[in-house]
Amino acid sequence: MADRSNHNLLEVKNLRTYFDTEDGIVKAVDDVSFQLKRGETLGIVGESGSGKSVTNLSIIRLIPDPPGKIVSGEVIFNGSDLLSLPNEAIRKIRGRRIAMIFQDPMTSLNPFMKISRQLMEMTQLHLGHTTRQAYDHAIKMLETVGIPDARARADNYPHEFSGGMRQRVMIAMALSCEPELLIADEPTTALDVTIQAQILELIKTLKRETGTSVILITHDLGVVAGMTDHVIVMYAGKIFEQARTTELFSLPGNPYTKGLLRSVPDPTAEQGKLYQIPGLPPDVAHLKPGCPFAPRCDRVEEICHREFPPFVQLNADHYSLCHFAREVYAASGGTPVAVETV
Amino acid sequence: MVTQKSTDEQQDLIHTPPEVAIAEADVRPAEAGEFVRGTSLWRDAWRRLLKNKLAVFGLVVVVLITLASIAGPTLIKRTFGFTPDYIPTNDVKLIRSFPPFTGPDGEFSWAHPMGTDNAGRDQFARVLQGGQISLFVGIISTLVSLLIGVSYGAIAGYFGGRIDNVMMRLVDVLYSLPYIIVVIVLLSMFRSQTARGQLILLFIALGSVSWLTMARIVRGQVLSLKNQEFVLAARATGVSGARIIFRHLVPNTLGPVIVYATLTIPQIMLTEAFLSFLGFGVQAPLASWGSLAADGVQNIAIFPWQLIFPGVTMALTLFSLNFLGDGLRDALDPQMRTV
Amino acid sequence: MLRFIVRRLFVTIPTILIVITLTWGLIKLAPGNFYSGEKRLPAAIEKSIREKYGLDKPWYQQYGKTMWSILRHFDFGTSLRFEGQSVNTIIWRSLPVSAAVGILAYLLALIVGITVGSIAALKQNSRWDYSSMALAMLGISVPNFVLGPILVLVFSLGLYWLPPSRWGGFPSRNLILPVLTLSAIYMAYIARLTRAGMLEVLRSDYIRTARAKGLSETGVVVRHALRGGLMPVISYTGPALAFLLTGTIVVERIFALPGLGNYFIQASLNRDEPLIIGIVAFIAITLLLMNLLVDIAYAFLDPRVRYH
Repeated sequence: MADRSNHNLLEVKNLRTYFDTEDGIVKAVDDVSFQLKRGETLGIVGESGSGKSVTNLSIIRLIPDPPGKIVSGEVIFNGSDLLSLPNEAIRKIRGRRIAMIFQDPMTSLNPFMKISRQLMEMTQLHLGHTTRQAYDHAIKMLETVGIPDARARADNYPHEFSGGMRQRVMIAMALSCEPELLIADEPTTALDVTIQAQILELIKTLKRETGTSVILITHDLGVVAGMTDHVIVMYAGKIFEQARTTELFSLPGNPYTKGLLRSVPDPTAEQGKLYQIPGLPPDVAHLKPGCPFAPRCDRVEEICHREFPPFVQLNADHYSLCHFAREVYAASGGTPVAVETV
Repeated sequence: MVTQKSTDEQQDLIHTPPEVAIAEADVRPAEAGEFVRGTSLWRDAWRRLLKNKLAVFGLVVVVLITLASIAGPTLIKRTFGFTPDYIPTNDVKLIRSFPPFTGPDGEFSWAHPMGTDNAGRDQFARVLQGGQISLFVGIISTLVSLLIGVSYGAIAGYFGGRIDNVMMRLVDVLYSLPYIIVVIVLLSMFRSQTARGQLILLFIALGSVSWLTMARIVRGQVLSLKNQEFVLAARATGVSGARIIFRHLVPNTLGPVIVYATLTIPQIMLTEAFLSFLGFGVQAPLASWGSLAADGVQNIAIFPWQLIFPGVTMALTLFSLNFLGDGLRDALDPQMRTV
Repeated sequence: MLRFIVRRLFVTIPTILIVITLTWGLIKLAPGNFYSGEKRLPAAIEKSIREKYGLDKPWYQQYGKTMWSILRHFDFGTSLRFEGQSVNTIIWRSLPVSAAVGILAYLLALIVGITVGSIAALKQNSRWDYSSMALAMLGISVPNFVLGPILVLVFSLGLYWLPPSRWGGFPSRNLILPVLTLSAIYMAYIARLTRAGMLEVLRSDYIRTARAKGLSETGVVVRHALRGGLMPVISYTGPALAFLLTGTIVVERIFALPGLGNYFIQASLNRDEPLIIGIVAFIAITLLLMNLLVDIAYAFLDPRVRYH
């Protein structure tokens, strides 16, 4: 049975997911490793194309094959490696132990099916509910996520709900079977700002009440700040920095992270030009040698174009992928631990 | 139709999985000294088309058959002396239908690769000439339908509002009518005395059948283009409505129009063949593949080659045109959804 | 919804009247007449024929008389060539033949087309996919008047398995070849439509969600993908019926079946005015009604569609 002690719920080790495209092999996820402790929230931050979504789709093996393929690595969930399980076993885990919600609730819900049915499908499949049981449970879930007048609205279709409501429905659906892990892939990107806050609050509340662990994927640092315990910053399929959230924000140890932090508009600062990291995300099919961020980095030096940077440990939980990690960290105000490269 | 599936739903960054967006991105940070080569829409499309082997096959076959139809009868006349109407002898006893590659005495002969018909005329020449007529009718009628459809759709789309409503209602109603039936009545009542007159009648009749879908497609495109900036700019500088329609909007709908036109040609050819088969289309002495097939069906039991050759040639042409049309559609806009 | 139906009917009725008028007009305007072929008849005989059929009256009287009997009694008159038979009777008698062939052909096309198309979509880019789509392409390229005789050549005249023509009542082996011939192009088209529709749906986000919920592949396809994937096929039914009609005409001619299509061609060749008008009106009404039914069905199947 599941281990209730504070060990790692999820351990991703050296995950590599590649895509075979017209332009060559795209290494969407290239040697990514991280852990998630039970009950914690992990944030994965990155721009479009950084590999954050693919990482999480790989965890539950939803990568379309072809053209994608999980090439190597391990995903240890509660002691077993998800990547080596037979298809039957993975299907039992999807939805039941690990649930996922997606970015756009309009297209992620079946437009031809009443939402009650979509919710009931979950518990009928995984918990063996009868129709009656499943229906009641669905109503209960809808009420939990704050859908007003749930009993009356349960038989509506997705298009009859607003964007925020739809995302609540998705959350209700995902949490129906009380999964141990909820993966939220940019859950608020497609929503209005005011609704964003509501949805994030909802996730926070539910997490507190049910003890579910959460992986939150986003490109918005503001979202990460209020919600997560740990953060991983991804770029070009690699982890560029990982740390406790508070530490990452106050003592960043990577030029990319610093750039991201600078790009968040600060309403209290004086009026000036909005900062944007110069350049564009790289073409992951044709990466040049050296650090993938080199073309855009403001701290770049000659070695950055030549050699791939080391993964430097800066602190107990703090790692950064950079030739000058310790310097950047020190410049932010941190004190790096003794030299130990991972 | 009540729900209009617009052909212009964009796949934005939200719905494109990141790895695909990367793989398809033509954007690369320009290195110092590197020239960024701009690719136009057409060159991209042409490249994509060439990659599609089936489409290339279709294109090649169509071109070959067209050339053969145009030049063939003349060549055959020069080499063998047969024209499509040439009857070799007046001796009734000797006139019969020879199977392919057979001579009068049953021995192998290169003279008639497709055999002869009941009157002794060379089938090969007839099939090629039939091709001339079939292709000619197909292309001209498509142009007619294009003219009507594009103008109608562009006007409806540009003016929008009530005018658009009324015009599209009309299209809806016409769409559900048994057009072909009325066309048959028309053709049977007004059988022209001259073969040429009949052809013109056919152009009008056939063209008026297929313009509806073209109008719909163009209208959809115009509606989506209408509010884009270059139109606003043209308006702001005082360009008149008609000018805007024909000089600015129409050229930008060229993509779907070309695709649909290429797919319309085989449809129209099929319709013409079917009409000719029933006796309402092309009249003697002209022959199209349809009328050749009609002649051939009479003798299917004894001289099957009379039907098979025109039929197979026609099928091959339509086959190739369809592949070409499909390929064009994939090349010009991989997101167009009409089948 | 009801308002929608009523409004549709409101538009339908004048449409049909216009179609009838148009047809009538075409026939009257055309040079020549139905009773003489190449030769000229003696004046006296011609006069009495014209009197008998009311052709000597002014055109508006003829129009009025025709329309009145249609609107009042649904009576389309008597055939000019088929002695003594009322048009209504002819239509009534020949309808079952066309209906049998047409409906069977379309059902066959749906069953085969949807199955083949779905499998092709599920096994995208496999050998099955390529070969079935190539076959489908062939299906839409071979005209039915070529396919029909070839089938006859092979199965009747070659193998003696099936009768080559004639109507043998319902059901009978005579139906097989006509239905196959008629159905071929629609099988092909529906297979392609289904494949395209299914591929489209299988790519969508809600299918990804269904998979993330832990459904088996079969569950995903049957419970989620099929519904959306078949939408294009359903909306195709409307135009398909119209094309089916023209196909039926050819098939009935080739196989000598006494159906509506065959009678229509005969009537056109004979310039049999009442029969032409009767059949055209009947076909128009049927098509418009069927299109209305398809639109209603579409509303039931796609909850996003709202009629007002």
